[in-house]
Amino acid sequence: MSDRTPLILAEGISQKYRRRTVLDVDRFEVAEGETHALLGPSGAGKSTLLRIVGLLEKPASGRVTIEGRPATHRSRQARMMMAAVFQKPYLFNGTVAENVAYGLKLRGVSTAERERRVRETVTRVGLDGMVDASALTLSGGEAQRVALARALVLDPRILLLDEPLSYLDPLIKRQLVAEFSRILHDSGVTTVYVTHDQDEAMVVADRLSIMHEGRFVRSGAVDEVMSLPTDEWVADFIGMEAPIFGRIVAIDEGVARIDCGGVPVYAITSLAVGTDVVVGVRPEDVTLFQSNGLPVSSARNILRCVVEAIEPRGATARIRVCSGALPFAASVSRASAKELQLEVGGEVIAMFKATAVRVGAAS
Amino acid sequence: MPAATPLYFIGSHMEVIWSAVVEAVQLITSGAPYLFEIIFLSLRVSTVAVGIAMIIGIPVGYLIGVGRFFGRRLTLVIVNTGMGLPPVVAGLIVFMFLSRSGPLGDLRLLFSTPAMVIAQVFISTPLVAGVTAAAIASVPLELRLQARSLGASWWQEALLTVTEARRGVMAAVVAGFGGIISEVGAVMIVGGNIEGSTRVMTTAIVLEARKGNFGTALALGFILIGIAFVINGLLTTLQQSGARYER
Repeated sequence: MSDRTPLILAEGISQKYRRRTVLDVDRFEVAEGETHALLGPSGAGKSTLLRIVGLLEKPASGRVTIEGRPATHRSRQARMMMAAVFQKPYLFNGTVAENVAYGLKLRGVSTAERERRVRETVTRVGLDGMVDASALTLSGGEAQRVALARALVLDPRILLLDEPLSYLDPLIKRQLVAEFSRILHDSGVTTVYVTHDQDEAMVVADRLSIMHEGRFVRSGAVDEVMSLPTDEWVADFIGMEAPIFGRIVAIDEGVARIDCGGVPVYAITSLAVGTDVVVGVRPEDVTLFQSNGLPVSSARNILRCVVEAIEPRGATARIRVCSGALPFAASVSRASAKELQLEVGGEVIAMFKATAVRVGAAS
Repeated sequence: MPAATPLYFIGSHMEVIWSAVVEAVQLITSGAPYLFEIIFLSLRVSTVAVGIAMIIGIPVGYLIGVGRFFGRRLTLVIVNTGMGLPPVVAGLIVFMFLSRSGPLGDLRLLFSTPAMVIAQVFISTPLVAGVTAAAIASVPLELRLQARSLGASWWQEALLTVTEARRGVMAAVVAGFGGIISEVGAVMIVGGNIEGSTRVMTTAIVLEARKGNFGTALALGFILIGIAFVINGLLTTLQQSGARYER
C-alpha cells in the first residue's frame, strides 16, 4: 500500500457528538481510481467518516489530506473535486435536467456545455428521455439515478456514496448495485462507498474497511477481509465462524499444511513454515456430503465433521459444523440440505479447495 | 299581526346597515378620491414596511432555522416574544423613541409616514423571521449537505435552502403583511391619523365609525376584507401548487 500515493488520506480522525466519541480512526486512505467501501452496522461511524473526508463536516481532531494537500471544509478547490450521493436522493424542486445541472451551474459552466453534459449523463444512468420530467414525480430507483447523475455530471475525482441504495426495494437494488459498480469502474472515479450490506460492498468495492463503534476493525482487499476474520465480532458480522488459528507445519508444491488444533488444513500461501496464522473459509466455498459417500474431487480439504447447528437463511441454510476442534460453516441450498438429511449431532463430510482457504499471519 | 312588530323593528334597523352597504359600494365604484388616497397610503406604508421586514427577517429566520450559532436561543426567544407583541405596545415603544424628548426625537419623525413604517417594521419583522425559521427548519439537513457536497458555497447553500422553503417563506411574508395592514393601534399612536397625511384604512374606519359615517367606514372595511381575501387566495394557491420534498 505504501507505494501508492493516496488521493484521500485521513489521519487521527475523531468526532464527538454531545461529548460522546462516535469516531476514532487512526488512518484511512484511498488510492486514485479505487472504490473503498466502509462497511458496518448502523451507528458504526461510517457516514460520519464519509462526511469528514468529504469536507462536509469538521472533525473534533485529525486532518484530511486530498492529493497531498491538507484540506478542510473551507478548501473550495478540494471540495470542487468531490460530489456525493446520499441515502435519500433529496432532489431539488424542478426537472431532472435542472437537478443534474445544479453543480455545473455552481461552477459557472456555459448553458450549451451544461445541456450537453446533462443529456450525456442522464443517458449514462439509464434515464434517457426523462430530462424534462419533474424530479418530484420519479420512483425511488429513478430518483437515485438522478442523484447519481447529479454527482457524475461534475466529473468528480472523488465520489462519496452514503448508503445510496438502502432505501430501494430488493429487486431495483440488485439491478442498481450492478449498474453502479459498472459505472464506477468505467469512469475510474475514486469512490468512498458507505454501506451496511456486505453483498453490496463485495460487488462494488476494491478494498474495504469494516467499522464497529467508531473504529476500523478490519481493513484490506475485499477478498481478504471478507474471508478472513481476525476476531469474533468481525467473523460474526461477515457471517463466518470464529477465526481459526493455526501454524504452518509444511509446504509441499506450494500447498501449505496448516495445523489447526490437530486438524490439518491445506491452503495456498506465501507465508513460511512455522508461521502462526489465522485461517478462514467462506461458507459458500464449503460443500457437504453424506458421511458414507466419498465423492471424487480435486479438493484438498476433506474433513469428517459433526453437525452443530442448522440455521435456515431464506434460500439457503447455514450448517455449522465442527471437525475435531475446528469449527466452520457451510452454506447449502434448501434442496441439498433436505437431500443430505442433516441433523444436529449427525456426521457429514465437508470439502473445500486449498485455493478457497484464506491465510493471514496471526498478529 | 302581533308577530310583525319585532320583524318590522329589526327591518327598520337593517335599513341602516343596508344603506351603509349601498353607500360603500357607491363610494368604491365612483372612485372617491378621499377613499383611494387612504387605501393607497395604507398599501404603501405596509408594503414598504413588509419589504424592510423581509430584508431583516428572512436572513434572521434563515440563521435561526439552520441551527447553531452563539445566541440562537436568545434570538429565538426575542422573535417569539415579538410575534406575540401587541401592536399597540410596539407603537408605544416607537412613539417614545420618536417623541420630542425621546432618543430619536431630533429626527422629527413622529406623526409621519416614516414613523408608521418604523412601527410596522417592528411588528412584522418577528412574524417574518419566526415563520421563515420554521419553514427553513423543515428543509432536511441532508438537502443542504447535498448542495454543499456538489460544491455550493455558504451563500449558494442558503439561496437553495430559501428557494426550497419558498412556500413557507412566502407564507412568512404574507403573515407579516397581514399583521400590519389590518393593525390599528400602532399606526394610530405614531401616525396620529392626520387627514391627507397619515390617515390609513384602519384609523379611518375608527374615525368614520365614531362620526357615524358607516358608509365610508364599511367601504374601507370591504377593501380590507378584499385584500385579506386576495392574500389568502394567493397563499392557498401557492400551497396547492407546491410539491413536497419526500415521497
